[in-house]
Amino acid sequence: MNRPIRRVAVLCLVLFGLLLGNGTYLIVVRQDSLNAHAANRRVRDAEFSQDRGAILVGNTPIADTEPTDGRFGYQRVYPEPERYAHVTGWYSYDRARSGLEESYNTELAGTDDSLFARRLVDLVTGRTPEGASVVTTIDPAAQRAAEEALGNRKGAVVALDPRTGAVLATVSHPSYDPNRIASHDIEAANDAYAELAEDPDNPLTNRGVREIYPPGSTFKLVTAAAALEAGREPDSEVDTPAELTLPGTQTTLGNDTDCGDGRVSLDRALQLSCNTAFANLGTELGADALREQAERFGFGTRHLPDLNGAASTFPEDPDPAQTALSAIGQFEVAASPLQMAMVAGAIANDGVVMDPYLVSQVRAPNLSTLRETEPRELGRAMSAENAEQLQQMMVNVVEQGTGTNAQISGVEVGGKTGTAQSDLDRNPYAWFVSAAPVDDPQVAVAVFIEEADIPRNDIAGGRLAAPIAREVTQAVLQ
Amino acid sequence: MGAFDPEVPSVVVVHRKRRNVELAMVVFALLIGLAAYSLVPLNQTGRLPANLPVVATVWFGLGVAAHLVIRFRLPYADPLLLPCVLLLNGLGLTMIHRIDIINDPPTSGATSQLLWTALGVGLLVGTALLLRDHRPLIRFTYSLGLVGLALLLLPLVPVIGTEEFGARIWIRIAGFSFQPAEVAKVVLAIAFSSYLVEKRDVLALAGARVLGLDLPRARDLGPILIVWVTSLAILVFQRDLGTSLLFFGLFVVMLYVATERPGWAVLGAVLFAAGAGFAVWGASRISQLSHVGVRIESWLHPFADIDQNGQIVSAQFGLAWGGLLGTGLGLGRPGLTPLARSDFIAAAIGEELGMAGLMAVIVVYALVVARGLRASLASKDQFGKLLAMALSFVLALQVFIIIGGVTRLLPLTGLTTPFMSQGGSSMIANWVIIALLLVISHQARKPAATRLENALEDEETQVIQTAGGAR
Repeated sequence: MNRPIRRVAVLCLVLFGLLLGNGTYLIVVRQDSLNAHAANRRVRDAEFSQDRGAILVGNTPIADTEPTDGRFGYQRVYPEPERYAHVTGWYSYDRARSGLEESYNTELAGTDDSLFARRLVDLVTGRTPEGASVVTTIDPAAQRAAEEALGNRKGAVVALDPRTGAVLATVSHPSYDPNRIASHDIEAANDAYAELAEDPDNPLTNRGVREIYPPGSTFKLVTAAAALEAGREPDSEVDTPAELTLPGTQTTLGNDTDCGDGRVSLDRALQLSCNTAFANLGTELGADALREQAERFGFGTRHLPDLNGAASTFPEDPDPAQTALSAIGQFEVAASPLQMAMVAGAIANDGVVMDPYLVSQVRAPNLSTLRETEPRELGRAMSAENAEQLQQMMVNVVEQGTGTNAQISGVEVGGKTGTAQSDLDRNPYAWFVSAAPVDDPQVAVAVFIEEADIPRNDIAGGRLAAPIAREVTQAVLQ
Repeated sequence: MGAFDPEVPSVVVVHRKRRNVELAMVVFALLIGLAAYSLVPLNQTGRLPANLPVVATVWFGLGVAAHLVIRFRLPYADPLLLPCVLLLNGLGLTMIHRIDIINDPPTSGATSQLLWTALGVGLLVGTALLLRDHRPLIRFTYSLGLVGLALLLLPLVPVIGTEEFGARIWIRIAGFSFQPAEVAKVVLAIAFSSYLVEKRDVLALAGARVLGLDLPRARDLGPILIVWVTSLAILVFQRDLGTSLLFFGLFVVMLYVATERPGWAVLGAVLFAAGAGFAVWGASRISQLSHVGVRIESWLHPFADIDQNGQIVSAQFGLAWGGLLGTGLGLGRPGLTPLARSDFIAAAIGEELGMAGLMAVIVVYALVVARGLRASLASKDQFGKLLAMALSFVLALQVFIIIGGVTRLLPLTGLTTPFMSQGGSSMIANWVIIALLLVISHQARKPAATRLENALEDEETQVIQTAGGAR
């Protein structure tokens, strides 16, 4: 009977071997993904009890932790909650994280690989581990100006440094108070989250970065850039009939401003935002040239992954009528305010598109720099020469066109208004994009207002959005 | 082996008793258990447990008592079995206590578990005192077989059978609940062993030869079919995959070992595959089998429905959180996993002692099984061989099924982790298994030439050549 018993012994050996092998597999292969799983309460509780790093504007924290006596030991606090909610995001027990709290979670929690050596030291010395702090590129004056100027309107403001791509301000209204979602009273936090998530005004939505809207006439900058790149000059004349029948349809398109009923220079067409002139120009250039130009400005790519930015779009395969509408930023063209700020910024930066970024530095608890963001070029959208011509055309828009509300005495501001109607039943979107000073660009701004409560005409962008851009620009330049 | 019959040893091996080795190891195992118990409050509050002297006295009393009884009644018993089991038992008690104190107010699971341990040790003592030899058990083949099958099916009896956590494997009499399958495991192993030893020649008679395998005769299939049907009944009506798998696996392996015919093993595997295939097929069609589908789904895709599979998911998180070296006793969150003190105690061990600790526990189980199989190989009678093999294998299979289930190697099936999970029936049944293994190993290692016993008692293992053993 001994031979089968030996075989049973081998079988037992195999069974135990399988158990040990599976245990090894679990730790070697699966441990990290299990610990990173959002539903893992052990990891979540441990993180929630930690002295999480701060998120800083300059040296001022906009998200910080304070010791408490409660269950978790540390409470996340947002000193200026509404102003910076869409930068910091929220940090909650049950409702995950968003914004920089999410994208820099491992650094803030101190679990990032770059903090490994420090964790070891903490382990040995018994010091409470601390997270790294994250320094943003936000200019507090610009952020305040944007928030105050936007006021109670639904919409967004994004300001960039055109030379580097650094985000100077990003505001989205309505905003919310992330302190409520970070509460240690889990039930209250969940209620607060539910209330915000169900709010029809979508306060949790970052309209500046995460959402795309028809950019309306601000897209004419892209069309104009394509025209210049195709060899047109600012004084090249374009047909601008009072009414244009869209190719292949019975639909007519009119102008919202007095562009006459004949021919107009490209420069003048941009100043007055002549729809028929740009529609004709779009038809002449073709959808492919427009899409290519848009993509060179950054359309079709997600930007600012730190805030989970959305990609702006140009339609795939428009027919001629749709191409004409796309050239004036209608039909299925959709852009985030961030993208439109990039367009204005690239023109001001002599045609070079910079990769937008929000975090300049990650600092260890001992203030040593763990990581620093270097400005990065995304590519060239247009030649420097054409960019300079387009800069001048944008200055003309502000000095003698639809954008006079953006004027700042002593500063040469270039801009472009826009109004877009995606739906006839609702108020139009109002846009304004600008860059200043033109000869030494320091700030590019995109202002987007979701519901301009005035009848549709091309002045909406100029009347409502341009003053906001002016405030932000002044705040940066001062 | 060549032409020599392997059953007839040509030499007589006289084993050393090694009782002092056992005592040293027992003390070591008891100390580990006590250290673990002290570490929990030490890690949590920085203070030693207030009742440490009482606990230490009871715990050492139990271990040393068991050792003394073995020393005087079963002096040739395997010296490793008792320390290994005490080690597992101590860790189990600590872990149950550690989970007790998560609750507010703390529950008293560890106290009752300690009482069950004492009862288990008592059964070991009783076995050693009353049953110094396993061979008399061979007389109770049919009565034990009937008792075993009855125990297995008892939970199906209305009124006393109760269903908990979706499985009908408990009986409840006068507020006292009991899992009869655990006891049936031991009773049936004895019954099968004596039955198979009696019938092995008949069963081994070749029937038809198919594809190079000697298949048994049709009329010898009776008992295997009874066990197969019983296993299926457990699977379908008690909704207990683990027990069903355990008994069928045990019986097939015993048949194979008794008859030395792989045909039985193949037939058993085919029948098992058919049963399993039927269960999987029936999972979505027959409501009685729906639990099988749920188990398989939560094995393959636990994260698809975290609410439903919360237990296995939480166990995975716990193991990952513990990592290689564990959080330390008292510093993990084993309470997040439901049933952490019973079915999922392996996950709690893995979380706080790390995968390294869990693997050490698995290796200790493997040691127990290895010592049991050694007793089986060394045993001089066929009943002892078969019984020791069966008891060792059932331990191995049970550990494999439950720890494999908790670590997601297999679909999860409810079984207890021997000596660790909270539960009285399991505790006493497994202590009886160890008692029987000790008895068999004592009989196996006891010198056949008893008149030499005194002379050789304290010397090295001797090889004494028998008259015919000139090679």
